[in-house]
Formats: sequence, structure tokens, C-alpha cells
Amino acid sequence: MRPFAGFSFRSVCRVFALGLLSATALTASASGAVPQVAAGRVPLPIIESARGDKCVQDPALMRRNHMDLLKHQRDDTMHGGIRGAKYSLKACIGCHASQATGSVAAASTNFCQSCHAFAAVRIDCFECHSSKPAPTAAHPPSPQEKPAQTAAAPQVQGLALHQQVKP
Amino acid sequence: MTQDSKSPSIQPPKSTSGRRGFLSVAAAGLAGIMIAPGVRLIEIAQAATADTAPSRGASSKVRWGMLIDSGKCASGCTDCVTACNTENGLSGETRATDSQWIRKIEIKEVRTGKTQSLPMMCQHCAEPPCVDVCPTGASFKRADGIVLVDKHICIGCRYCVMACPYKARSFVHQPLSNQKADVPRGMGTVEGCTLCVHKVDKGEMPACVSACSDAGHGAILFGDLNDPNSEISRRLASYPSRQIREDLNLNTGVRYSGI
Repeated sequence: MRPFAGFSFRSVCRVFALGLLSATALTASASGAVPQVAAGRVPLPIIESARGDKCVQDPALMRRNHMDLLKHQRDDTMHGGIRGAKYSLKACIGCHASQATGSVAAASTNFCQSCHAFAAVRIDCFECHSSKPAPTAAHPPSPQEKPAQTAAAPQVQGLALHQQVKP
Repeated sequence: MTQDSKSPSIQPPKSTSGRRGFLSVAAAGLAGIMIAPGVRLIEIAQAATADTAPSRGASSKVRWGMLIDSGKCASGCTDCVTACNTENGLSGETRATDSQWIRKIEIKEVRTGKTQSLPMMCQHCAEPPCVDVCPTGASFKRADGIVLVDKHICIGCRYCVMACPYKARSFVHQPLSNQKADVPRGMGTVEGCTLCVHKVDKGEMPACVSACSDAGHGAILFGDLNDPNSEISRRLASYPSRQIREDLNLNTGVRYSGI
């Protein structure tokens, strides 16, 4: 009885500590706040601020479901001819294009690229789609695109492994 | 968008007349049903009334087509080709591996030596052979008759390139950059004239049509073949016109007169 009781107490403690850790992790991810600065060794993505004042959906929902929303909209647009709808890729790019590069995926700090490099998910969108909004009054073609592209923030430099490499 | 806050809350019916109350509750409940993650019917309805309303989409009531008057098409003029290249971000090169969505061809009556010039592009057939042969369903015809390639599905087999009697499809051999925001193009996929679908959806004319009329030729007429009162239908009804390779019975959307 005695050793069993000791073992049980220790394991209960361990389980409790693990549960506490996972609960903290869950609340952190559920709150949807991605810290700009890395707390530990792991560099976190830099999320550049968007141009509009509010996303079309809750950011936490967009983080998890943007690919499904985009795919749904893509078929509506391609086959049904419905353009300019709420979840269009062009609308995403219009708001999230970087102020420096004018793109969402040109530099490693740009909106799409920074998170996708962090999550190690290759973006195929911009092999065909333009990563820049169509030049308008709101989006003049940026003259400093070249220097901004080469200047990558050191924080995400190590994560550049999964950037798109054109064959 | 802030539609979330505007979603109707289910109000208890004030009057106790059971049937009407039940219906209003049912209607409000229905409006709140999610049809996709985060998409609700009410939001679609509200978005449609906003200033930046999405285009209404392709309707099977219309069939877009063109009537090209080769009598007005000047030999050596390539304004339509240039406009197409500019609009769609094509290089304009004419090597075997370069994409050409529209090209000018010269035809010659062998006996008389009479030459004529005309633009050749995807004929947007009603019975497109490229759609018939596509193994993945990437080559498809929209409800309004525009034949397109869904490059998300295209595997680049180029079967459609072989099947097209008009040599209207091109294959992208090299990686591309700086594509137009409205015209996604990419290596490993087949492409062709889209009838400037991004402009047509906005109610504008295809780039080649605008360029031709801007240049003063007015050789290309664009319109709805299904509408008997449209200019193109009236002209087709009153003047002789031809489809190229009529023998194939493809019922092309692009017609030619004067050939």
C-alpha cells in the first residue's frame, strides 16, 4: 500500500502540472493574441498591421479558417463569376499588403509570409496570384520595393527555410 | 465588416397570435443558420446591398459573344493583341513557348489573291472540345458561355491544347512574376482568352474590343447573343456571318463577317 500511495501522489502531481500547462496554452491560443516579441528561444512571426480598421471576421477565426473561406470564395469567383465578395483574396491583399513592400508575401516579414514561414506551410497562392493589390490611389506602386525586399528582420530570418523557392 | 452586430436577435413575438409569432421566430432563426463557417445568409444579403457589392455572377440567361468584321480589321494593325497583352500581363513575345491569347492572322483566297486580316482567339464554343477532353474538369464553360481554365484544378496535361481546333490555348512553361491582380497566371497550367472575364463581370468590355474601337476601327462587336435586341444579335440576324470551322458544329461565341 505504501509505495503505491507514494507513486500515485507523484503521478497526480505530474498530471496536475501538465494539465495546468496545457490549460494555459489553450487559453493563450484561444485568446488569439500573437505576441510580437518572442519570449523564449522560438521566434514568433511578426504580424504587420493592416490598412483597414477591422478584418471581415474575428481574427482568431480568420487565423484558423482563412484557407477554407478563401477556397470557398475561389470557386464562387472562378466558376460563378462572383467578384468582390467578403472573403476575396484581393480584399485580403488590399488590406494586408505591407506598407514597405506593397506585398503580402514579398519579404519574410510580410503578412502572409511571416505566419506561413512560422507554421511551415508553403503558400501556393502567389505563384499565380499577384501578392500586391492593383495599383490605385490607395495603393500607389511603392518605389522602395527593392530595398525593403532584401531587408529581412533578424527575428524571422531563421524561419526563412520554408519560403517559396521557384524552381 | 460589422455585420455580426447587426444579425437579428430572435425577439419573442409580442402578439400572442401563435401562427404569425411562430413564423417570425422561424424566419429569424433561419437567418442565423450558418451556411459556411462564419457565413450567414443575412450577411450575404447585407453585403449585397452595400456599396462594394460583389458582382452578381454569371447568368445562363446571357451568352457573351463577339462579332468580328474582317472588312474593318486592318492588315498589320495589332491594337487588339497589344491591348490583350497589356490587360492580362502577357509578355507579347511570339516564340513557341510564349502565351498568346489573341493573334492576328492573314488569310488569302488562293485563286484571287485577296488577303484578309482577322484576330483569332478562343472562340468560346457552346460545345467546347477543350472541356470534353479535360481529365480533371479544369477546362470548363461558365453559365454565360465563357470558356475558362480553372488553374487551381489544371494539371498541365495540355490535352485541351491538342483538342482546340483554333490553337487558342497556351501553356505556361516558365515561372512568372508580376502578374496582374485580376489575371492570375502560373507555370504548369494552360491558359487562353478569358474574354476579359474580370472586366465582363464588372460590366465592361473586353480589352481587345475597347482597343479596336478606340483605334477607330470598331471591327469587334461584343454583346449578348441570347438577347435578340442586342446590337450583336441584330447584326447577326441581318448580315451574313460565319463561324470558323463551322463543320465541327461547335456553335462558337465568336463570329466573323466578311470572310
